Amino acid sequence: MSALPDIQTAAPNGAFTSEMLAAHLAALGHLPKWWLDLKREAWNRFAALPLPQRTNELWRFSNVTGLKLDGYTLPALADLKSQISNFKSPSAGAFPQAATLAFANNRALPGEALPADLREEGVIFEPIETALAGHADLFRQHFMAQPVNLGSEKFAALNAALTTSGAFLYVPRDVELAQPLVVTHVLAGAGSAVFPHTLVILGDNARATLVENFLSADPAEAGFVTGVNDLYAGPGAQLTYVGTQNWSPGTLAFQLNSTVVQRDARVLSLNLHLGGRQSRHESHSRLQGPGAYSEMLALTVAQGAQEFDQRTLQSHQVPNTGSNLLYKNVLLDQARTIFSGLIIVDPDAQKTDAYQSNRNLLLSDEAEANSLPGLEIQANDVRCTHGATSGHVDEEQMFYLKSRGITAAVARELLVFGFFEEVLNKLENEQLHAALRDLIQTKFTH
Amino acid sequence: MADTDILETQTAATSSVAGIDQSVGDFKYDVKYDFDAGTGLSERTIHYISEVKKEAPWIHEFRLNALKTFLAKPLPTHWATRDLENINFDKIRYYLSQGTKPKRSWDEVPADIKKTFERLGIPEQERKFLAGVEAQFDSEAAYSNIKEVVAKQGVIFLNSSEALRTHPEIFRRWFGKVIPTGDNKFSALNSAVFSGGSFIYVPPGVKVAHPLQAYFRINAENFGQFERTLIIVDEGSEVTYMEGCTAPKFSTTTLHSAVVELVALKGAKIQYITVQNWAPNVFNLVTKRGLAHEEAEIKWIDCNIGSRLTIKYPGVVLRGRKSRGEVISIALANDGQHQDTGAKMVHAADETTSTIVAKSISVGQGRSTYRGLVHIPRHLKGCKNNTECDALLINTNSRTDTYPAITVRGQQHAAQHEASVSKVSEEMIFYMQSRGLTEAQAMSLAVNGFVNDLVRQFPMEYSVELKRLIDLEMEGSVG
Repeated sequence: MSALPDIQTAAPNGAFTSEMLAAHLAALGHLPKWWLDLKREAWNRFAALPLPQRTNELWRFSNVTGLKLDGYTLPALADLKSQISNFKSPSAGAFPQAATLAFANNRALPGEALPADLREEGVIFEPIETALAGHADLFRQHFMAQPVNLGSEKFAALNAALTTSGAFLYVPRDVELAQPLVVTHVLAGAGSAVFPHTLVILGDNARATLVENFLSADPAEAGFVTGVNDLYAGPGAQLTYVGTQNWSPGTLAFQLNSTVVQRDARVLSLNLHLGGRQSRHESHSRLQGPGAYSEMLALTVAQGAQEFDQRTLQSHQVPNTGSNLLYKNVLLDQARTIFSGLIIVDPDAQKTDAYQSNRNLLLSDEAEANSLPGLEIQANDVRCTHGATSGHVDEEQMFYLKSRGITAAVARELLVFGFFEEVLNKLENEQLHAALRDLIQTKFTH
Repeated sequence: MADTDILETQTAATSSVAGIDQSVGDFKYDVKYDFDAGTGLSERTIHYISEVKKEAPWIHEFRLNALKTFLAKPLPTHWATRDLENINFDKIRYYLSQGTKPKRSWDEVPADIKKTFERLGIPEQERKFLAGVEAQFDSEAAYSNIKEVVAKQGVIFLNSSEALRTHPEIFRRWFGKVIPTGDNKFSALNSAVFSGGSFIYVPPGVKVAHPLQAYFRINAENFGQFERTLIIVDEGSEVTYMEGCTAPKFSTTTLHSAVVELVALKGAKIQYITVQNWAPNVFNLVTKRGLAHEEAEIKWIDCNIGSRLTIKYPGVVLRGRKSRGEVISIALANDGQHQDTGAKMVHAADETTSTIVAKSISVGQGRSTYRGLVHIPRHLKGCKNNTECDALLINTNSRTDTYPAITVRGQQHAAQHEASVSKVSEEMIFYMQSRGLTEAQAMSLAVNGFVNDLVRQFPMEYSVELKRLIDLEMEGSVG
């Protein structure tokens, strides 16, 4: 492990030096050579790309000066036990689960294995380092097969270069999982950098629900995260993905998601954003077969001086596909949010039905909501609409609640949950729904 | 005056309202210019322009500084189309005129120029329904006149170059204040080489009953027109200003880059109507912004039908309490055209409201883009914005984009944006065809219906002509 660089340096790659890579690779000698080569190539891309510039439209309104990469380190194994022994952070967990995987500081912890019947049906749910050795062909076919192209190419490359943790899920054709699979990622220790990587492949007509929880062991410790997540739904498959992000309030976090939806497949993804000092979430849905449908949902509670930066792209690449995006933000204190979404309808992608909506509820005079809802339409027989609203709580509703003896703070909270309910209701799993509500609730109790 | 060699390249067209019918504008006369700054842009160009115009030293200095800003700024291709790279600034002629003093009577206007405006129907419209007219031919106004009743009310309506000489005190106070030189690369270019444009001052309490009109004509090839318009409406006054523009179709590119600044003082109302119908070789890169003081109202009605590429977002800075801003935008992009239009609303005072309604039609391989900015900063209360964008796509390969940017700070405001994209419904076309209309007629009627609620807000003469123009553009768009 290399020493921490001088905090004063203005090197764009900060703590992420070639010495760090060399030490990282040296510890992975047991893994296949193609994997290590792939990591070196990714590193070269990371090193060559500049940090985001203020003039880059993909970073419009973002606080690019907050993206300094100095002072982080790949956490050492020795410290892990003490760091997670005083584990305090809440996560969504109170619902029946088929199996679990857990990772802390880039390393796999013991989890609850898949039931034997699912294993016999061919379901694979294991850490990526196990999967890439045991199912190399499947893994290589899908690993970062979809380029990250919403602005964080540099950080995606850093993830590929340094990732050692995350879940690989494969559900074969016609197999349906009744209960959710759960993955937990924990960041521990000040200055720790973690690189979760998720790869989900659903075969034809397969069904699964995956819940990922991202959290810090101690809310007082600030770290660095770059996560990458690739979801692939084969023809007729149905995937529900829920991500809950609750990093410590000082953490700089990137999460770069890509979804591919094939013919007649449906993907619902719901991302809950609660933590981080500056948190950027990119989500790109590619609709690649007729009848494909993608539902993209997000809820954010922005507090203190937090910045949540959300960038989305709905790519309609063939005729007869649909997508629906609904991102709702609640802003308190001096928090900032940025929603920048784009629907692209390719030439000939006729009969596209796409919707995009961003709703911001401002609960403070100092909060700031930025909306950039965009459309690029190159086919004429389509239904495309988008909307963005920024407003405050309804005074009449507030008055009504107060007149029933409810305090202003509680009334406001009720209205926030009312505002969020439209999104939470899209989850069919009621216990999961309740778990998310409980998690959101933790943001309102001090 | 120069001796002229009149060479008509097309037969006369029917009379129509200024600039709306493109076929009406597609003719040119060979004119010999007395003043020509040559091709390319350098400090010498600016020395030449200032000398011809006999300008005060501060203006000359202002131009030279603007040139530096223009040269230092990159093209905005990080967000705008790379088609901008096809402008060759070294091949453009920046100043061409037959003299710097506009005539007050059409009889005095040189025959070749007069003939141009006669064909465009300007003198006829002036008699019919306008309070004043200015007609700019390439770099300078050829004609400028205001009706006596209006002049008696104290209204000043002059060419900008003249106003700089005769009313420097009002001009200098507001000039470059709404749109600073460095606002963007093209406002800097305009600030360096501006010539012509209108100057209007309406004294307190005067409501100008009839519209004032300016007409901009590009006649020369490889030419750049850079008019500068400044309109100041004093407390409680009202004015409507209309502008039209045409140019002949050349095979080479032509550049039009105007700066228009509006100032509405307390309680004033300004309505600014543009019908842009440049030939399809014109790059139309215009910066337009108004400053609305307390309880003032600025309304832009912006129609873009012509040009190869238009980049224009009329804006209002709502500086005074309870001021109002409105933009109504209609764009039609046909084959080879890109209309990148929209609006900007900057709320800088409490209880300010703004509305944007944009409708675009893309025909053939035309591309229309809506780009908007709404900014509501903190420490204000009761600001409201409402934005609606509708796009109509006619052919399977037509294209439309929407790129709004909305920033709201604080919990005492409301902003909402909605956009939709649609095509003309087949049932609607079928119904009309079953009643005996051709497909083209039906399509034209549907498109007119799409913009009808906006067009109704135009002065009568303009709305009739706009409908006619849509009919013209829709010919051959189907089947």
